[in-house]
Formats: sequence, structure tokens, C-alpha cells
Amino acid sequence: MAVTQKPFELPGKSGKSSSGVFAPEGTIITSLDAVVNWCRKNSLWPMPFATACCGIELMAVGSSRFDIARFGAEVMRFSPRQCDLMIVAGRVVMKMMPVLQRIWLQMPEPKYAISMGACASSGGIFDTYAVVQGVDRFIPIDVYIPGCPPRPESILRAVMDMQSKVQKGGSTLGTQGLPELRQMEEQLIQIRARNTLPGIATERSDESRFGYRLPGGESLVGRSETL
Amino acid sequence: MTTTKSSRPTPDATLARIRKRCGEGFFSVSSHLDNLRLHVPPEKLVELTTRLRDEFGFHLTELGGADYLGYPGRSSASHRFEVHYVLLNYETAERLILKTGVSDPDPVLPTLVPVWAGADWLEREVFDMYGIVFQGHPDLRRILMPEDFRSFPLRKDYPLRGRGERHNFERVTREDS
Repeated sequence: MAVTQKPFELPGKSGKSSSGVFAPEGTIITSLDAVVNWCRKNSLWPMPFATACCGIELMAVGSSRFDIARFGAEVMRFSPRQCDLMIVAGRVVMKMMPVLQRIWLQMPEPKYAISMGACASSGGIFDTYAVVQGVDRFIPIDVYIPGCPPRPESILRAVMDMQSKVQKGGSTLGTQGLPELRQMEEQLIQIRARNTLPGIATERSDESRFGYRLPGGESLVGRSETL
Repeated sequence: MTTTKSSRPTPDATLARIRKRCGEGFFSVSSHLDNLRLHVPPEKLVELTTRLRDEFGFHLTELGGADYLGYPGRSSASHRFEVHYVLLNYETAERLILKTGVSDPDPVLPTLVPVWAGADWLEREVFDMYGIVFQGHPDLRRILMPEDFRSFPLRKDYPLRGRGERHNFERVTREDS
């Protein structure tokens, strides 16, 4: 991107260094992708998927003290059809996971996702039968926020990180997501194509020592479960 | 601050009244502090609770279950599961706890919904968590876990981290969405 101080000659078509056309004063030269991404990153519309105490911090970010409006992301919409940034704030249990996936699929492209707090990112302290150990196992996540719950400043930091990723990646018509994420997705697809393993890891295989019959047989999960 | 003397009947007085009106011998008694517990066989449960409601004015305040599999110091002859019913008389402030044992492989208890309609969802929760079937319950479905869940998660022989049910979902990737 260059701002002209005085009239300068535009570069010619391929192979030619001069075109004979002079740009007027105050002209900006950039690519269309850069302009579109610049517009997108400064008007993210979040979908607050708040299921626990992280949601309270998320509300604080919207209030005047922290003011997420400074980053153009203040338009919280409760309809996924109107959002492009999903913020998963709080633990997600197995009864909620299909709902989360459905909402994610309902959001229009281009869309991004932030996993906020320890529980959404890894299950946190809730390592029980019902709590999903990280939503990134089932939906693609762009930015993670550590903390239990994270300070509002961390959330603003994550929004800024999200903005720089939006500026760097993506194209005007592209629906592929960000380059780093695309690479991770390809790895995931390879992992998914591999064989599956028993759902009970070897170090806790004796948990069925009472001889309780497994309903429907032992569960099978992807290899990444035990990687 | 002045202390007012409570007119609440002592557990011994409550027990004496129950023995006098309902007879004795079919239940055993234990107590802890001012908790009075009657251990009742399942077949006597409905009859006893109906009389406790009609003649003694007791209401159901809480209903829950417990799994004593592998519990230290518990004899192998006693039942694996126990369901407890905490009763309260709102006027005299008497409290009474009923306990009923039930065992594998077919844990079935009579329902108390006809006696106290409030037992409905509480019994559904005990069924959901322990798999104890309440015979005669009008609508015995799971209340907390998803409907397609097949195990009973608060049983002691169920692993703490589950059997992988929490991760049996399809992955949604960028390509899919």
C-alpha cells in the first residue's frame, strides 16, 4: 500500500515498466483482498455462545469499562444467521455439542471461532463423563484464550489477534478459512481417515473391572483421542 | 438474645407414635444425631408412606439414591443400592428418613408418585443416574442425560471419565462448513 505525495506513474502491464498513466494526488494503491479484509476485521459480529462463568466476563467486555466497540465487535447477535465470529465461552457438555455444531453450521461464510477459557479449550477441571474435552475436537477454532475465567483484557487481545489473522488470511470470495487453519484441517482429515482405537485408554482399561456389561459394545474414537 | 424452647417432638416420641399406629417389626431403626431413619422393605413402602402422609402429616422433601458397591465395611448381604426419602411435617417440624435397599441385576422399587406427586421428577433422576426402575411411574424417562445415552453414570462400576460417549461426535471441519 502506498500513499502518493505527488503524481506518480502507474506500473504498466506485464513486462512493461511504464504505462504512461499518472495517478492523481492522494491515491492509495492496494489489492482488493486487503480492502475487503480490512472491512471485515473491523466489523466482526460475535455470536456469544456463553454457557458458564466465562459468559459474565464476555458481558463485561461489552460494557463501557472495557468496551469491545473500540474494535468494532460490539454487535452481539443471538441469531447465528447474522454472525461471523463465534465465541464459545464456557464448558460444553455432550448434550450441548450437537447444538453448538448446528449453530456453527448455520453461520454464513466467512466465519471465525474463538474458544474462550480453560473449559472450552480443554475441558478444564471438568474431566467427567459428560463434558467435552475441548470444543476444537469438533469445530474449527481460530484463537484460544487461556484463563479461568479470562480477564476482559485477554478477550480484547484475542479480538485483536483475530483481526490480524483476518487481515492476513482469507480472500474476497474464499471460503477456505485462514491458511494456518487450513493446514491443520488437512492434518485432521488425514487423522480421520486412519483406523480407530477403543474409547478407553490403556492406563484406565481396568475401569470395567466390576464386569459391568458395556451397552452397545466398547466405544471407538479417532486416533487423535489417544495421540 | 433469648432462646425459645422448641415444641418439636423428639425423634423418640415420633418413633413411639409410629410404632403405636403402624405396628412394628417390619422396619429397622437407626439414628445419627437427631436423624431418625427407618429401613423399610420395598413391599411395605407404599403402605407405610400413605399412612405417614394421611395420619402423621408428613410431606416428601427429598428423594435420592446411593450405590454402595465396594463400600468399605459394608456386608455383602446388604443391598447394593439404597433409595432414601426425607420426610418433613411442616407443622410440628418432625423429620423422618425412610431408606429402602434394592439390588442387581433387576433393581425395581414401587413408585411414590401416587402418594406424593412431587416424587415424579426426583424418581426420574434416580432412574437416570442409577437405573433403578420405579414400577408404576407415569413417565419414567431420562431427565438429565441425552435420550440415546445407554449407561447409568452414577453407578460405581461406571468409569469416571465415561466410556468415550463424550467424544462420539462427528468432527465439523472447515471443509464441511
